[in-house]
Amino acid sequence: MTTFRILIDPVACDAYGYCAELLPESVTLDEWGYPIVDGSPLPVELVAAAKRAARDCPRRAITVRERTSGR
Amino acid sequence: MPSTGEALAITIPYRLLGHPTDLAGHVAAVGANPLPPAGASGWGEGFVSMLEASGLLGRGGAGFPAAVKLAVAHAAGPGGTVLVNAMEGEPASDKDKLLLIRSPHLVLDGAQLLAAASGARRVTVCVPDGRQHVASAVWRALRERVSGGCAPVPEIVVRPPDRFIAGEESALVRWVQSGESLPSFRPDKGTPLHIGRRSALVHNAETLAHVAMIARTGPDAFRSHGLVEDPGTSLVTLSGAVEQPGVVEIERGVPLIDIANRAFPDGPPQALLVGGYGGAWVGPAHFTTAYSSLALRAIGATAGVGIVIVLGRSACGLMESAHITRYLASQSAGQCGPCVYGLPAIADDLTRLARGQADPGLLARLQRRLGEVEGRGACRHPDGTVNLVRSALHVFAADVSAHANGEPCAHWSRPSQLRIPDTARLA
Repeated sequence: MTTFRILIDPVACDAYGYCAELLPESVTLDEWGYPIVDGSPLPVELVAAAKRAARDCPRRAITVRERTSGR
Repeated sequence: MPSTGEALAITIPYRLLGHPTDLAGHVAAVGANPLPPAGASGWGEGFVSMLEASGLLGRGGAGFPAAVKLAVAHAAGPGGTVLVNAMEGEPASDKDKLLLIRSPHLVLDGAQLLAAASGARRVTVCVPDGRQHVASAVWRALRERVSGGCAPVPEIVVRPPDRFIAGEESALVRWVQSGESLPSFRPDKGTPLHIGRRSALVHNAETLAHVAMIARTGPDAFRSHGLVEDPGTSLVTLSGAVEQPGVVEIERGVPLIDIANRAFPDGPPQALLVGGYGGAWVGPAHFTTAYSSLALRAIGATAGVGIVIVLGRSACGLMESAHITRYLASQSAGQCGPCVYGLPAIADDLTRLARGQADPGLLARLQRRLGEVEGRGACRHPDGTVNLVRSALHVFAADVSAHANGEPCAHWSRPSQLRIPDTARLA
């Protein structure tokens, strides 16, 4: 089974906040504008939007990690 | 392992402290470093197994099995570097300074053994810029070792900047490689570290001293101390409200309060700060907890880098925590937003609370900030800070409710009982 997760590189991130606009279901911002994700698998219907958020991040701080488990 | 190790096990008591400082005295006391004969095959694998049998866990904070790290470096192939991490960024820690000043050859022997076992071509000793007495002791030892033929791979000293975060292993490796003392973002913390394309095996100075002793006495002598799951002895720096601060060698698994008592506290302690400034407060209810990674984790604490600080009855734990948090905030590498903005905000909340200047939303806001900052840095610096503050809110809960109702701490304007570098003291 393949799952997708959002990974944020905190060093690269500069709090542009586009990710929270593009993917409000999975990304919230803290009081300083930095994204918070819970690390759980993305619902299938959000994978495309997450990949778009990763592409559109001006700092390239988002990775959508694909993991296939053999279960 | 070589039979000489077993023979020596009868004659050398297992201890790190108290061995002679000079090379001749060192060799007379503990024997020559049991390095492999030239051209020995399979020695490295044997050494990994021997280290695994000892059960040695790293003494630099993370408590990672030393044999696993070595096996990874061994598998990466020859040509790497063994880094001796003597950065000791925790202001309340002295054990690594003491080891390098008193028993430098023990630490360097450990590094040579790991270099032989992993095929490394260099030993690099990292001593912070400014700690001249430590660097001088190491240089003196290195000169003796060259003439004594004890350094089959070259040993050098390098001087990274003297700050809290500089000893974080990814920051240390990066500094050696590029001169930038900054932690790297590693989603999988177990990822092996590299300098160029060669492996970098980073070990705390105390861990290496244990390696040198285990190679001589065999794993069983090490295991004759401490616990099955957390064997051996450990160096602990004691300070705070005590008559005799200093470094002691203890067995893993002894009760926390017995360790604190070695420094003769000024009266019954109010609490113990265990593990350092990125560690946790422990209240009297847990004073008899065993000093082991597992037992400490079960109460939300950590052995950290081997620090026990006694908080006296007349001090305010919340105010001391505010001092520490302010210091930790000042030591952020400045790379990750949640650490850069979150730690000062948490320190402000804690300071207001201790001064009896809490607004009605303070406690809820502080709890939210702690939850949001945790786990969101490239390194674990923010996590250590969050853990310290959480433990303070729990252990000093009675003070928290008094101060939250506007009653300032009676001791808030007193100077800290802790060792905190001046730059970070509260105004």
